[in-house]
Amino acid sequence: MPSTVDEVLAHLEERPDALLLSGGTDLMVEINMAHRKAPDEVVALRRVQELLAWRHEPSTGDADGGTVTIGSGVPYAEMEHGRLAALFPALAEAARTVGSPQIRAAGTLGGNLGTCSPAGDGLPVLYALDAIVHLRSARRRRDVPVGDFMVGVKKNVLEPGELITGVTLPVRRGWQGYSKVGVRNAMVIATASACLAMDSERGAVSVALGAVGTTILRCRDAENWLAGELDLTADLLEISDELAREFGQRAAADARPIDDHRSTAAYRGHAVGVLASRLLRRAAR
Amino acid sequence: MSDIPIGAPEIYRLTVNGESHDVQDAWLGESLLYVLRERLGLPGSKGACEQGECGSCTVLLDGAALCSCLVMAAAATDADIVTVEGLTQDAALTDVQAAFLDEGAVQCGFCTPGLIVAVHHLLDNNPAPTALETREALSGNLCRCTGYGRIFAAVDAVVASRADQASR
Repeated sequence: MPSTVDEVLAHLEERPDALLLSGGTDLMVEINMAHRKAPDEVVALRRVQELLAWRHEPSTGDADGGTVTIGSGVPYAEMEHGRLAALFPALAEAARTVGSPQIRAAGTLGGNLGTCSPAGDGLPVLYALDAIVHLRSARRRRDVPVGDFMVGVKKNVLEPGELITGVTLPVRRGWQGYSKVGVRNAMVIATASACLAMDSERGAVSVALGAVGTTILRCRDAENWLAGELDLTADLLEISDELAREFGQRAAADARPIDDHRSTAAYRGHAVGVLASRLLRRAAR
Repeated sequence: MSDIPIGAPEIYRLTVNGESHDVQDAWLGESLLYVLRERLGLPGSKGACEQGECGSCTVLLDGAALCSCLVMAAAATDADIVTVEGLTQDAALTDVQAAFLDEGAVQCGFCTPGLIVAVHHLLDNNPAPTALETREALSGNLCRCTGYGRIFAAVDAVVASRADQASR
């Protein structure tokens, strides 16, 4: 079992079609349910220390909070509480809604990105925070904005031989949160989800929606509209009912939901607008 | 060792309940749950959903409570694995198991081994959980018989008796 990134990349260079195994919470379900044929080459990543760490790099100049790079193998359990949760409250909220404690002890952001389901709970947070995804192969390194990384339902730009090593997120001043609707409270895949993150330094807001399109969606119209209506650099935001409602409607207008076994397009479209509006109210509290 | 599990392993070794076991003739995609039950003769961990939803296969892997159905066995070669069979060294019941019996927390019994492991994991890391913390910690273990009331009562009983012992 490889214990360094270089060893992983060397294996992938020889066998670019090898399956990369992180927490196993997606891959093992597919194997157990016979949705995927028996793998003959698996590279298990659980011993690769470089992927299991995260680090905060404080900003050198202005008032910004610097950046945090999270290894692709850091489990959700580590984001629920403690220092990471304090830096990224929205990521902590999303992490707490993933599966059950057993799933959160195994599942990772790298796995969420690799699977790239539009219902992945970590992904709206990464998109709302403009995360950069770090990819490496034996031949090159590249850094891809998460919005460009995700290209469709369970499709991303990862190429054979490439490994997701981690993501880098900016530490922003301002409220942020994640909300999700599902059929029950614990252990549920999102029917619709949303992340809202304020950037008080720049007077901006970002909103990303999950499970209402082929991939995670950003609501640029709603973001720009709100920044025009309100001074988002203010410490205390005044949000009227009317403003919250219109914000939700504008965010929902960007959704492209479908009918499937989990819900209907109409419900998802409605729910995601309610989530966006509710997040904005919470931001003002 | 460094070539495992790259390529189809013919034999690999797992450390379960402190003992080393050779796993032979396994197929690479086999879950830890399958290997424990079908190859190592440890049927305490139960298989129900096979997709991480029910928690009846919960084991400890390097101290973390995980669903063994979602662990690829060949990737756990260096891990310290504890199953429900390994929570007690002799045939005696653990305090959690005894409390489940005393409080009537066992009905059909299928979810019980997973819950026993999850409760041990909870109380070893948090000796005095709040009601919410207990519910959260056990939210990955489904029980369709008890309605959970008797299970929470068993957890409370263990918390009280451990606190009582500690204060003596």
